[in-house]
Parts: sequence; structure tokens; C-alpha cells
Amino acid sequence: MAKVTVDGVEVEVPNGASVLQACELAGREIPRFCYHERLSVAGNCRMCLVEIEKNPKPVASCAFPVADGMVVKTDSPMVRQSRRGVMEFLLINHPLDCPICDQGGECDLQDQSMAYGMDHSRYHENKRAVKDKDLGPLVKTVMTRCIQCTRCIRFAQEIAGVPELGATARGENMEIGTYVEKALSSELSGNLIDICPVGALTSKPYAFVARPWELTKTDSIDVLDAVGTNIRIDARGSEVLRILPRLNEDVNEEWLADKARFSLDGLKRRRLDRPWLRRDGKLVAVSWQEAFAAIAQRLQGLSGARIGAIAGDLADAESMVALKDLMTGLGSPNLDCRQRGEKLEATRRDFYCFNTTIAGIEETDALLLVGTNPRHEAPVLNARIRKRVLAGSLPIAAIGAAADLTYGAEWIGDGPAALRALLAGTHGFSSVLSAAKRPMVILGQGAVARADGAAVLAAAWEIAARFGMLGADWHGFNMLHSAAARVGALDLGFLPGPQGKDVAAMLGGGVDLLWLLGADEIDTDAIGAGTFVVYQGHHGDAGAARADVILPGAAYTEKSATYVNTEGRAQRTAAALHPPGEAREDWKILRAFSDVIGRRLPYDDLDAVRQRLGEAHPVFTRTDTVPRLACTDMTGPAGDSGGLSDAPFVPFLADYYRTDPISRTSPTMAECARTFGPALMQAAE
Amino acid sequence: MTDQTDAGADSVQPAHFAFDADSEAEISRVLARYPAAKQASAVLPLLYLAQRQMGRLTGSAWVPRAAMDEIARRLGIAPIRVYEVATFYTMFQLRPVGRFHLQVCTTTPCWLRGSDEVVAACRRTAGVGGFGETSADGLFTMTEVECLGACVNAPILQVNDDFYEDLDGPRTEALLTALKRGEVPPPGSTIGRQTSAPEGGPQTLVGPALAAATPPAE
Ligand code: SF4
Ligand code: FES
Ligand code: FES
Repeated sequence: MAKVTVDGVEVEVPNGASVLQACELAGREIPRFCYHERLSVAGNCRMCLVEIEKNPKPVASCAFPVADGMVVKTDSPMVRQSRRGVMEFLLINHPLDCPICDQGGECDLQDQSMAYGMDHSRYHENKRAVKDKDLGPLVKTVMTRCIQCTRCIRFAQEIAGVPELGATARGENMEIGTYVEKALSSELSGNLIDICPVGALTSKPYAFVARPWELTKTDSIDVLDAVGTNIRIDARGSEVLRILPRLNEDVNEEWLADKARFSLDGLKRRRLDRPWLRRDGKLVAVSWQEAFAAIAQRLQGLSGARIGAIAGDLADAESMVALKDLMTGLGSPNLDCRQRGEKLEATRRDFYCFNTTIAGIEETDALLLVGTNPRHEAPVLNARIRKRVLAGSLPIAAIGAAADLTYGAEWIGDGPAALRALLAGTHGFSSVLSAAKRPMVILGQGAVARADGAAVLAAAWEIAARFGMLGADWHGFNMLHSAAARVGALDLGFLPGPQGKDVAAMLGGGVDLLWLLGADEIDTDAIGAGTFVVYQGHHGDAGAARADVILPGAAYTEKSATYVNTEGRAQRTAAALHPPGEAREDWKILRAFSDVIGRRLPYDDLDAVRQRLGEAHPVFTRTDTVPRLACTDMTGPAGDSGGLSDAPFVPFLADYYRTDPISRTSPTMAECARTFGPALMQAAE
Repeated sequence: MTDQTDAGADSVQPAHFAFDADSEAEISRVLARYPAAKQASAVLPLLYLAQRQMGRLTGSAWVPRAAMDEIARRLGIAPIRVYEVATFYTMFQLRPVGRFHLQVCTTTPCWLRGSDEVVAACRRTAGVGGFGETSADGLFTMTEVECLGACVNAPILQVNDDFYEDLDGPRTEALLTALKRGEVPPPGSTIGRQTSAPEGGPQTLVGPALAAATPPAE
């Protein structure tokens, strides 16, 4: 530890910390452009200058290590004057186009020029101009505004793991770009917009849309993958205009995946904004009463066994518990949430959760990936793996279709045969796992959504048990989900009850009335011709196309709802605006319908539903936290690892940019799929 | 200055590049200088080898993008890291140049000593229109460079790897005509001075006569 005095305040900081960190600890704000706490230190903008006693020159505090007894001044005349000098130089080539710049109002350069800028320019030469770059459909560039802080280069290289940005040429001619023009092939590219301190990199879809002070900001949770990224929804009037990440060290740090950030134009399109009823083969707009009456009529005389419900990937816990209660009331055991036949087992929570936790990834020392491409299934979680990789030697083996994960992995097989080899100890990675202190395995949905899924699950657990992944202070068995609804559904037991039918059995005429709660990933063509389909959801996607009755629900931006992420962390979204037209929050629809058929669900407000949720599983009462798990009971899931087939694992997501009704509707995501599609497909093959 | 930012769209870029046996021999020597984990340090020598090989094989010493990609592959680094280095150093030509790359120094010392005439002679005799241009016969490209570090023999014209010093208009013309004929005059001073020694022979420490002519210090 070193004792440092900052403006008369004495602080103790670890040796090796920078002067800037010491200043922050002392509560002094240091202006900066190039420094970013999650990136390597570049020390090139010079905005962070401070005065250090006995040092004749000002010092760049972000790149200067502390020393014991150091006396720092952050607001002396020398500091102020040198920062003014730096600012003047930065502004020499920076255009004065704030009025037409999308960063205006939230620009570091703009803010700091208020503090250190001059009221006029002494520079009378021509300013330099730089050609804009085409980084793809998401990130817009106005490179003349670039102050060459190199944050974007470091982000691409270090966090995103796609070293494609660089600074070419030098001096006056230096430019930031890819040199060979190409779209930035990252699922995290939107973060460049946040990280660029000026308006050089801004959001293409959001260009010229709004000013930050016009927006209402709502803290919420993303649901387009199962990471549970904390987001802020910026809305104006009845429109979501942008989505930004919120800091949560345990989940997403400060990153947000591109699908979560840019799918929002899908929220305005193909929305179900009123009830529909199929009459003579055609959907006609009806009132809520008529829609409910039609369902009630069809229900008449049906036994519980002939009724079923499937919960989709975006369903919230409140609506799922209401639907489950409704079905139970009707005597139906036919419930399922595993839309693509994932052989998930819910007898124990750690069979289906990411038990190591996302932050826990940083502690592992050997990683095995089975049937998963975390780069597509959970880009932000993948960034955490990459962070661990960068921290130093992490052996990684992967089983499945080889892909570029942004870090090196040894592909040890494309199917379950590799699992057998690991168990038999005939593959070299077995000894790596044995030697590791905190090894972990990540099982993707692609590993279990197949005929021998239960066997794969069992084999993965056996590997976990065999190689010391399960211990008194470490749980290295992890299920990586890609649907935000899934863990919550499993917690609620949204699964076939005794003699209940699963998804496959409900299709093909297995039930006479099928209630789809946002279930669009099932094979809707396989639904029996005589099955009466109720689709409750927010988008006119596959489910609605097959429906006999459509009940318009709310998207995640329009309701306060609970989702449990892949770690098993319950988090709540907040409504940023109202559902469109006659659409309603989903649990309310179910509650209202229960009234119509005389089986009123026993909750009248959100608190009561949440109380009911808490009764169903305690996880719903302790939101935002997740305990670090240990494993003492080694008993594995019911499957038999002897039943492994030889079929290779196939990628679970065919197209990262289009996985759910919202992203499938989004023109921006369609554009991304066009731009990146072929390349990603090749990488996955 | 040429636009260095989008070489990819250029039709002059060859689709492939491979080091030949001569370069390979040199590459093994270069790589041996760096520890296994630090092979990226070899990026500068490899770029230089690529440029030399192009000169040897095609008569135009430049570094095509395919060569930069090949270097990135060889060193296990991202191609952009090679592009950054290659664009930083003006000594690397990222577009084809003539067989003789005329690099005229026009910085103050050379300019005071008549670099304008060297430039004029290049235009006249080599047939290049201006800086950054190549003569119609493809023999010469003229580039304006900053101080070559040989001001003492100013003005300087660098032809490929060699310096020609103490130039004026006629001597530059003579040099270029020789080059055209396929001769390569010996590099160095064109007025016969020994390296950068004073013109007309030694001027200091020439013996007692000099000492006698100099009044003793008070
Ligand atoms: S584009 Fe933005 S982040 Fe990148 S170097 Fe320029 S100012 Fe920095
Ligand atoms: S923040 Fe310290 S030099 Fe840029
Ligand atoms: S000025 Fe021409 S060599 Fe120095």
C-alpha cells in the first residue's frame, strides 16, 4: 500500500495503482478521454494531467504509478492551465458540429470543454477532415470528430476479441479504421458507441432521432438472451428509442449485446394490438369479450387431459404462474416450456442453472464447452470468458461445431463421442481437468435439444463429478440457456405434471386446446389440424399465424415482470411505456379470462401475483442476487450416459441476429443478418 | 500524400503473395532473433523483405496487401496490426512504384542547397509530372521526403536504397540518364568528396603551417 495525498486528502492505495485511481479514491474527478477502467492504459490524450509535488512537469495521471508519500494536486493553476492547453489542441481538429452531432448532450468532449475550453479559437488554419468508415449496419462513423483516444481499438482487441480496428498512418494523417473496409464482426459492436468519448462512433439506427434530454429513462432487464443484462430503456412518447446497458458487475459489467441494443425497432412492427378471432378460416378483429367467449366455448366439455399450454422464450414469470394456475384449475397436467424439446431436468435446480455464476467464471482454471457457442448464445457472458482468458492461461476444450469464439479453444470433437473419451480418460484434456482446481463445464441448449439430450446431460454431470467440478466451495456445472424465460419456467415447474404431455405430445393433435404463451419456436405446422390454438403474445410471428384466437400481450418494455437469468438470478423489468392499443400485461389477461370461465385466479394486483410466485419458488422473492453455489450431493440427473448417440452437436441458434419474435421483426437485425450472415454461417460450419 | 486508407479496393493489388526462397532464408535468420512469444517484433524486417522481394521479382519495390496478410499469418498477429505498422513508416510503399524510386529531400538544408533544381531535373529527365507520380515508362516514381539525415552533403536524392549527394541540376540529369541506360553509378557524393569530409580535401589539422597562421589565444 502507498500513502498518497490528493489535494490535502490522504488516501491509501495499492502499489501499482495509478495516480488517477488514487485521485478517484480521494473523491476528485479527473477528466479523461483515453482512459477507461476496463481497457488497457494508453495514456495518449493527456487530459488527465495533474501536478505532482517535486515534479517539474504535469503528469498524465492515468499512466503514472503512485509512490508512497506522493503529494498530488488536481486543481492547481498549473493543472488547470495544462488541461486548457490539451483541450485547445484537441479542439484544433475537432469540428464545431455539436448541433448536428448525435453525441451532443452526452459528449465527454463537450462537457469538458465547458470546464477547460476557451471561448474562441486561436487556430486559423484549415481543420483536417477524415473520410468516414463503413463499420456495418450498427455503428455510424463521423471520423472527423475522432480525437484518436484509441478506446475503440482497445475495446475491439481486448473485450470484443475482434482485432479489426486500428490506427493507420501517422501524425496529421492518422486515421482510425479497419484499413480494408469491412463491417466489424462482433456481437458487442454497439458498445463502441458507448465507449467513444465523442461523436465519432454513434448509433446508426438512432441517428438524428432524439436528444438525450428528451428521453424518459427506465431501468430494466434485457430478455433477448438468458444473461439478464441490465439495461436502461430510453423512450419518448409511445416509442422506445434506444436501449443502453446499465452497470452490473455481477452480470454484464457495462456491456450489452447488439441484439439487445438494436432489436428495438422490432417493438414497433407487427405488433398484436387487439384481440383476433378466426372465423371461417380468416382472422377478424374482435373485442376482448368475444375472444374470451370463443375460448370459453371451446373449453366447454373438454377434459383437462385435452388441454395444454406452452410457454415461450420471452414469457415472464408472472404470466407463467398465472397460466400454470389456470391450467391446474382446469385439471390439465399438460404444460411445457422446452419449446425445442430440450431434455432439461428440473428435479434439482443446479441441473439447469449456470451455477458457477457469470462473475465466477473469472475464478475457473479449466473450461469445457459442450454443444454451445457462447459467442452467439450469450455474447456478454462470452466476454466474461474472454476476460478470464486474457487474465492468463485458461485451457479451453470445446465439443461441437467449431466456431470462432474470440479466444482460442481446442475443438476435441463434434459430438458425444468426445464426452465418452473424456470420461474414459483417453483424451488429453482429461488430465488437464484432473489437474485443475476449479474446472467448469458449460452445457449449451444444442447439447440437450436432441434425442439423446438426457444422456448428454447425465454424461456432462458425470464429467463434472469425476473431475472435481463439484465441491464444497465450487460448483462447476453450468447450463447455458439462450431464452430469458427458461429458468423461471423451470423454477415454476412449467413442465408436464403426472401423465402430462410434453411439447411433442401436445403437437400432432395431442390436445384439443393449446394455449401458446408467446411460444413461437415450436413447429407450428405440427399442431394438429383440429387443435384450437390460443396465442397470447405481442408479435405476429409463427404462433399467431396458426392461432384461432389471438390475445394481445405486452412486450418486455411494456410490463413490470420477473425474469430469471441463466444463473438463476431473478430480476425485474420495468414498464417504459404502455402496451399498444388494446394489448394488456399478460398476467392480467389470464386473470381476466379466469374470471370469464368462473375460475378466478386468486390475485388482483401485481403484489399478489408476486406473493404467489414466492410461494411457488423462493427465488422469486430474492431478486437481483444469486448465492454462490456449492455442491455436496453428487447424484446426477436421471438420464443414462450410456445412451449417447454419435450425432454431432448442431449450433442451437442458426442466426444470432434473429432468434425471437422481436429480433425477427426488426429491420436492423435483418440488415445485420444480411451483412454478417454468410460469414457467421461459415464460421459455425 | 497518397490516400492510405483503402488499399483493399485497389485493382493493382495482387490476390496472392508468397515469400520466395531468398526471402525465406532471410526470414529464418530474422525470426531466430526474437523469442518465441515475441515473434511479432519481426514485423518490420518482414515488411522490408516483402518490399525487397517485390522489387527483385517485379521491378517495383512495394508491399501489397496480400504480403501484409501473409506477414500477419506468419507472425500470428491480426492483419490490422501489420497495416498499422506499414502505414506508419513512409519507407514502405503501399502502392506500386517505378523501378527507380526517386526520393528527393526538400527539407530546409537541402532546399537551401538547391533541392529545387534536383526536383526540376527529375521532372525533366525522368519524365515524372510531380510528387507521387510515376513516369510513363514506369521507370521512375518521385516522392518528396523529409530530412534524410545527410544534410552535410545536401542536397540529397535517394534512389531505392542508395543516397546520391551533393547534387545539382546537371549532375542529377546525368545520374538519371545513366539509370535509364541501365547503369548504376556509384552512390555517395557526386562531386568526388570522401564521405562527408570537407570539399577540396582536409581543412583541419593539416600541419604546422596552419598552426603558424593562427594567432595564439590570449
Ligand atoms: S473513434 Fe472514438 S473511441 Fe475511437 S479513437 Fe476516435 S474518439 Fe476514440
Ligand atoms: S486519460 Fe490519461 S492520457 Fe488520456
Ligand atoms: S535536409 Fe536533406 S538530408 Fe537533411
